[in-house]
Amino acid sequence: MMDEILLLEAVERYLKGEMTPQEKAFFEDLRKNNPEMDQLVVEHSFLYNELDRHSGIKAFKHSLYEVENKLAEEGLISKPQLTGKAKVVYLWKKYKRNIAVAASIAGLVSLFTTALVVSYNNKVGNNNITELIGEIKKTNTKVDKILDNAHNNTSTRPIPAAEFRATGFLVDGNGYIVTNAHVVNRMRNIYVQSNKGIYSAVAVHTDPAADLAILKITDTSFKSISTLPYSIRKNNSDLGEQIFTLGYPRNEIVYGEGYLSAKSGNDGDSTAYQLSVSANPGNSGGPVLNKNGEVIGIITSKNATADGVVYAAKSKNIFKLIDELKKSDTASSNIKIPSSSALRGLERTQQVKKMEDYVFMVLGN
Amino acid sequence: MSNLEQEKLLLDGLALNDRQAIETIYRDNYAVVQAFVLNNSGNADEARDLFQEAMIVLYEKAVSGSFELHSQLKTYLYSVCRRLWLKRLQQMNRYAGQVEMLEDTVPVEEEMEMHEKRNNDFVLMENAMAKIGEPCKSLLDAYYIQHKNMQEIAADFGYTNADNAKTQKYKCLMRLKKLFFAQYKNGL
Repeated sequence: MMDEILLLEAVERYLKGEMTPQEKAFFEDLRKNNPEMDQLVVEHSFLYNELDRHSGIKAFKHSLYEVENKLAEEGLISKPQLTGKAKVVYLWKKYKRNIAVAASIAGLVSLFTTALVVSYNNKVGNNNITELIGEIKKTNTKVDKILDNAHNNTSTRPIPAAEFRATGFLVDGNGYIVTNAHVVNRMRNIYVQSNKGIYSAVAVHTDPAADLAILKITDTSFKSISTLPYSIRKNNSDLGEQIFTLGYPRNEIVYGEGYLSAKSGNDGDSTAYQLSVSANPGNSGGPVLNKNGEVIGIITSKNATADGVVYAAKSKNIFKLIDELKKSDTASSNIKIPSSSALRGLERTQQVKKMEDYVFMVLGN
Repeated sequence: MSNLEQEKLLLDGLALNDRQAIETIYRDNYAVVQAFVLNNSGNADEARDLFQEAMIVLYEKAVSGSFELHSQLKTYLYSVCRRLWLKRLQQMNRYAGQVEMLEDTVPVEEEMEMHEKRNNDFVLMENAMAKIGEPCKSLLDAYYIQHKNMQEIAADFGYTNADNAKTQKYKCLMRLKKLFFAQYKNGL
């Protein structure tokens, strides 16, 4: 097999035009005299060209998305709007009655379900869980100030006086961050901070039922990232799976390790998992990853009475949330949830090192 | 600089995946295409998709190097969009009689055929890539798409040295080849 690998390498160098003239002459001679070899070269060059073209188009599409985003922000590419088409008007007139009836039924149903959900949520809220958003206490403020001053030296931006701290992580390199709904609900001004700097952000979508929210970094100084190292898992994870978490229960990123202990959350909530891991105020919104570097959940809360019983929203919910966001806001239609993890097979320390930059401290007041 | 030279420069930039060139083309042409789609039973989202696809047609043309613009870039792009849109309307059974024309067009049938074939190949490759599984997918992606070298790949994927990574890459490539050509033959 070693020979074949060498042969393949030779073919690739030949196709890339990296061979010296002598090598090339020798290789071409070989090709001429050996039909099997020739066939291999033809096949491989076809595959190679396809791959090359494939990569070109992928890169090009990426540029297209970026240009589109830029222009959409400038307003050159319009967001969808109702166009007053004769056909639409006609249909509207024709079905006005039906639509009105359907809409009022839908309205009633949604009111009813909202009421149900609200009452259920209240019940859950009154139950025995603690949300893990961290309140920055006076003892910590001193520490915060030191940190803030350090920033002051490098930038002239006004420093946010943060009252709350939590965690969030990127789901799209263009600055979309997932965190908890209960985190953003308590904040009027939101900032996110990583090793690279501190940026202002806005909540673009929240889902109180799953307790998730999407933030978008609005700072122009944020440089978009082409690929995230981790992926988001679409399927459910298995009981007993080893997991690790990253978050900001203090002013510094903290690593935690544990396992998936139940396939449902508090009170049989099927949109969440129960984990056995240590988590503290500030861990809210932190990613839960499996050994392959796939995000399987987002930490939301812990049981107030039992130790080490932590709940995390299932990563599946992120897909739902992004879909909803895309429907409501076309500026977000280019969000691409990372589907392949580059952390697979790496040592844990390396996995963490590669991820660190994409896990943010969410600060706000 | 004459118009023609400017457009040649734009195409060269496009072939090199130059953001500035892409942006200029968007700025100069997007509005017309969007108006066309909106006027012909489409919406803004569809206009975006359509324009993207047309840009890919143009990119492929530019990369092939053999492209000579016989008309204005604007006219060419508009013609491609128009052709693509008609096709899409037909597929969706939304074809509503006469399609409005706002601009001159040039015949682009040949390009469309070529594009369809290429698009097909692109999908085949995507499928094959999706089927080979991890870590092959990431490995080949790193080497052939992100153009990383073997040392980097060995470090990223936790192989002890570049030779091990090479062996793994070889196995993965053989698998991809098998999958790709199997589909390719079925597809023909």
